[in-house]
Amino acid sequence: MTPKKFAYFAPASLKEAIQLLRENEDAKVLAGGQSLIALMKLRLAAPAALVDITKTGDLLSYIREGKNDNLEVGALTTHDTLERSKIINKKFPILSDAASKIGDQQIRNRGTIGGSCCHADPAADLPTALTALEPEFAVRGVKGKRVIPQSEFFVDTFTTSIAKDEILTEIRIPHTPPKSGSAYIKHSRREGDFAIVGVGAVVTVGPKGVCRDVRVSLGAVAPTPIRAKSAERHLKGKTLDEGNIAEAAERANEEADPPSDMHGSRQYRLDMIRVFARRALNLALSRAR
Amino acid sequence: MAKLTEKTELVQVRCKVNGDAYTGTAEPRTLLVYFLRDVLNLTGTHVGCDTGHCGACTVIMDGKTVKSCMVLAVQAEGASILTVEGLAKGENLHPIQEAFWENHGLQCGYCTPGMLMSALFLLQRNPNPTDEEIRRGIDGNLCRCTGYVNIVKSVKAAAKKMRGVEVTA
Ligand SMILES: Cc1cc2nc3c(=O)[nH]c(=O)nc-3n(C[C@H](O)[C@H](O)[C@H](O)COP(=O)(O)OP(=O)(O)OC[C@H]3O[C@@H](n4cnc5c(N)ncnc54)[C@H](O)[C@@H]3O)c2cc1C
Ligand code: FES
Ligand code: FES
Repeated sequence: MTPKKFAYFAPASLKEAIQLLRENEDAKVLAGGQSLIALMKLRLAAPAALVDITKTGDLLSYIREGKNDNLEVGALTTHDTLERSKIINKKFPILSDAASKIGDQQIRNRGTIGGSCCHADPAADLPTALTALEPEFAVRGVKGKRVIPQSEFFVDTFTTSIAKDEILTEIRIPHTPPKSGSAYIKHSRREGDFAIVGVGAVVTVGPKGVCRDVRVSLGAVAPTPIRAKSAERHLKGKTLDEGNIAEAAERANEEADPPSDMHGSRQYRLDMIRVFARRALNLALSRAR
Repeated sequence: MAKLTEKTELVQVRCKVNGDAYTGTAEPRTLLVYFLRDVLNLTGTHVGCDTGHCGACTVIMDGKTVKSCMVLAVQAEGASILTVEGLAKGENLHPIQEAFWENHGLQCGYCTPGMLMSALFLLQRNPNPTDEEIRRGIDGNLCRCTGYVNIVKSVKAAAKKMRGVEVTA
C-alpha cells in the first residue's frame, strides 16, 4: 500500500515549517507518522505535502518543570519516553499508564504525545488521560504563539481547535496538590488494541480522608474525551471509602454517548464505564497515600 | 521555493545500513521497507501486513525498533539502520540467531527477521528479562506458526548467551 504522491519538506526550523504550512494549501504536519502514514497508505488521507517537524533545530522532545507550578512536555516526546520517564511515573502515573498501553513497542518508539493529541482519535489513550489533568496546549503559528485550554482543544472526532498553519509545541500540565494520586485504565480485548473504554482518574485526599478534589475522564464513549462530571460531583467532599467510590462510579456513564460497533455495543460500553471508573478511582486513591 | 510537483518526484536518500553508507533514490511516498528491499536489495526484512500491525518489517533505526512499513524512506535521511542482514558476523550467527536455531524459535521463518530485531532491542535495554517482559517486548511482532512459547524460550536463551557480552548495533 503506497500513499498518493506528495511533496516532502524537512524544514530546519519551526518558523520555516509554519511558513511551509501557510504557503502550501493542503499540507500537513508529520510527527511520528504512526497515525498519518497509516491513513495515507489506506488513502483515507492524501495531503499534497508533508512538513516533517522532527528534523528542525527546535528540539520539541523534553519533559521539564515549568514556571507556573506545572510540567512542560514537548510535543515530540514519544510514548516510549513518557512511559519510562521517572518524573512522569512519580508525578503523573496516569500518563505512564496511558503511554504504556499504546499499541506496541515499535509504535511507542515513534508515536508522539503531540501527534496523538492533534490526531484526536476519541479512543486514543493519552488524550483521555490528559483530559483528567486539565493541561494547556501551547501552539505556534504565523501570528505568533497562543495557549489553548484543554476544555477548548478537542472539538470533535479527529478535530482540534488548532489551525491548519499552527503547530502544537508543548503541553503544560498543572501539578496536583500533595496527597493526590492518578491512574488510567484501558479496557481492550487484546493487548495493543484501541480502547473499548478508557478511564482516567485523579483524586486528591483532604483532611480525615475526605475527597478534596476528583476528576474522572472517559475515552472512546463520545466524539471527544469527556469528563464524568456527575460522578465527580457525587464524590467531592465525601469520605473516600469503597462505598462512596462505588456509588460515584455508578454515575460515571451519565455524560457518555458511546457508539455500538464490532468491539462492543452501546450498552456494554455504558456498563464497562462504571466498572472501570471504580477501578481507576481505587487505583488513583491507592497512589495518593 | 521549488514547485510542489517537482518535490513529489525522486529524491536522494543517504543513510547507513548495517554500518555501510548507502545512497539511493526514492519518491517521498516510498516506504522505508520498500527502499530497503527494492532499492538497496536488502530483502531480509519482510512485508507481512503492510498496515503497521504484524512487525515483520521491524528494523532498528537510530537505536530504536520501528516498523519500516510505517516510516517513509525520506525520513531515514542521515539515519543509522540495522536490519537482519547486519546481525551475523560473516559465518558466525548472532547469539540471538543461534538461540532461535537451537530452541526452534521459528517454523516458517516469516516473522523471524522482525522478531530478532525486537529481541535485540529488548535485550539491549533489559539483559535479563522475565518471561512476561519478553512477551511484552515482542508484543508488536505477530507469529502465525510457533504459538510464541519457543520464541520466548529462545529470547531467554539469547539473554543468557549475551549477558556480559558487549552488543554493538
Ligand atoms: C498498529 C498501531 C496501533 C496503535 N495503537 C494505539 C493505541 O492503542 N492507543 C492510542 O492512543 N494510539 C494508538 N496508535 C496511534 C499512535 O498512538 C500514534 O502515534 C498517534 O496517534 C499519532 O502520533 P504521531 O506522532 O505518530 O503523529 P502523526 O501520525 O505524525 O500525526 C497525526 C496527526 O496529527 C498532526 N500533528 C502531529 N503532530 C503535530 C503537531 N505537533 N502540531 C500540529 N499537528 C500535528 C498530523 O498532521 C496528523 O494529522 C496506534 C497506531 C498504530 C499504527
Ligand atoms: S509489514 Fe510492517 S507491520 Fe506488518
Ligand atoms: S515462524 Fe512462521 S510466522 Fe513466525
